[in-house]
Amino acid sequence: MSAMLLNKEKWPDFVGKLTGKKLWAPQGKGEEMRFAPVTEGEAPALEYGNTRVPPKQAVFPQTETMFRFQLGGEEVEVPEPEEETVLLGVRPCDARSMAIVDNLFGWEEDDPYYFKRRELVTLVGLACSEPGLNCFCTSVGGGPASTEGLDLLMTDLGEHYFLEAVTEKGEALLKEAGDLLEEAGDDKVKEKDKKIEESAGKIKRSVDHEGVPESLPGLWDDPLWQSVSASCLGCGTCTYLCPTCHCFDIQDEVEGFDARRCRMWDSCMFGEYTLHTSGHNPRPTRRERTRNRINHKYSYFVDKFDVIACVGCGRCINLCPVNIDIVEILRQVKEAI
Amino acid sequence: MKTNENPYIPYFATVEDTWFETGGERAIKTFKVVFDDEEVRKNWSHRPGQCAMIGVLGVGESMISISCSPTEGEFLRFSVMKMGKVTQALHQLEAGDKMTVRGPYGNSFPLEKWEGKHVLTIGGGIGQAPMRPVVEYVKANYEKYGGLTMIYGARTSGDLCFKNEFEEMARDEELSCHLTIDIEEEQWGHNVGFVPQILLDVNPSPENAIAVTCGPPIMIRFVLENLKKLGFEDDQIYTTLENRMKCGIGKCGRCNAGNMYVCKDGPVFNYATLKEIPEAFA
Repeated sequence: MSAMLLNKEKWPDFVGKLTGKKLWAPQGKGEEMRFAPVTEGEAPALEYGNTRVPPKQAVFPQTETMFRFQLGGEEVEVPEPEEETVLLGVRPCDARSMAIVDNLFGWEEDDPYYFKRRELVTLVGLACSEPGLNCFCTSVGGGPASTEGLDLLMTDLGEHYFLEAVTEKGEALLKEAGDLLEEAGDDKVKEKDKKIEESAGKIKRSVDHEGVPESLPGLWDDPLWQSVSASCLGCGTCTYLCPTCHCFDIQDEVEGFDARRCRMWDSCMFGEYTLHTSGHNPRPTRRERTRNRINHKYSYFVDKFDVIACVGCGRCINLCPVNIDIVEILRQVKEAI
Repeated sequence: MKTNENPYIPYFATVEDTWFETGGERAIKTFKVVFDDEEVRKNWSHRPGQCAMIGVLGVGESMISISCSPTEGEFLRFSVMKMGKVTQALHQLEAGDKMTVRGPYGNSFPLEKWEGKHVLTIGGGIGQAPMRPVVEYVKANYEKYGGLTMIYGARTSGDLCFKNEFEEMARDEELSCHLTIDIEEEQWGHNVGFVPQILLDVNPSPENAIAVTCGPPIMIRFVLENLKKLGFEDDQIYTTLENRMKCGIGKCGRCNAGNMYVCKDGPVFNYATLKEIPEAFA
């Protein structure tokens, strides 16, 4: 892994090197940030906490066309995959979530839409120096400078960005920008390590999940599910904006004779998600849905893929309109087992 | 694009024949369909217990169990109850019309493992759809099995599926066939009573036997109880589950019962596994 330095003055030139590829970076104001395409010639600023909408939308769009067809026709047309895209300033938790979700979309059978985009996307990460209030990545296998899922990691050292390539894609990017970069000396490596350590120290929240994957289903009828879900409105924000949530619905849309089959994010917190056509619902209330959400992330997913499907980004806590807190739920779970 | 590269692209199939199994608001209609593409027709292979996503372009898809055994020929059969948007659209289809099919999905009944054993199927209502291919498969390979018993019931004689096959089945000496309806009817020459009770009356021996059941949840509950009374061990009992599904390939998330995806880890489950899943009979 080569380590390089980029003087921030050369940031616009670095971004310029990426011209020709589609660039996505966090855009918007304050807490409203989300990844969106960058206008050519612009150098996005990376001083932000984290985006409200996770960058999963770049590989798993909120709505995407699976194929188009004419009503009554027998031909289906699959849209061409999009062009190569570079995501700038991805937080390590969000990159790690993609590595986690890869397991599911590649389970026994590859999801072609997901992996086509995944191949076309290069993830340039930005280590966190100011973790958010509800960040808890360090207790679920991540960290402010975790490289899992990333192609290249940048760490802000004040005047410079410290760049480390993680994959061949990342190496290629460094090579392309070679003339703008300088070798990072040992002092800079130390400075970076210190910075990351400090940052990890600023993370105040944590989840103790030892023994949880094995024991969670055993708490099936525990009263905690009633109490932790009592205030839930069923809005689905916790799952829509969760970087590891991957559930989708498939619907046909028809306009005249032009039609498309598309898929869109769905949420296990919605009643219709599991509703049988007979009217029977195996998860009839928010109690069962919350129980499933927590079990899925902290037990079922672990059974199948040996990793917790939660990266500790804190979005579900920050954005829940009634302050339901997954860290607190896990604390109660731990207490109950 | 070749369809098999993208599991979401369905194959087109033509309805060759169709008929009603039951009437009323929630009628059950059977479709016998043949794939349009010869290559697909040749390469398709399913096993009893598996399902397929069938649908109408522009309306959607539903997961329906394949109600024929591959031993019956190069066609598929689906028996569909008219319930929601997609099944209503399917009910509009007549011979010559097209539907879309993708699959086959899920695991299947371990029929090879059952060789040498007596196979007992216990079905209720539309739950007979996944039982039928088991019966047909064992019939076609009868020399490999220790016997075949079929118990099938519905509320009324009008609610029984596959009625046109019963006469032949009753004559079949290799098959011990027990039909039942809940309420007495004139000219009904078979049993009267709930399926779990008929199971006790038939009194099958658990020795070297396998029991497979599918039907309404309440029926399954009492069938399981009575199988235990008859001495069947958990691992001798199989059932098949259903849940709402969209993708069929373990991605869309919704069909899980506990840590199992019904579309991939099921729909066929051994009762020894199933009873450990708290959500299985939810």
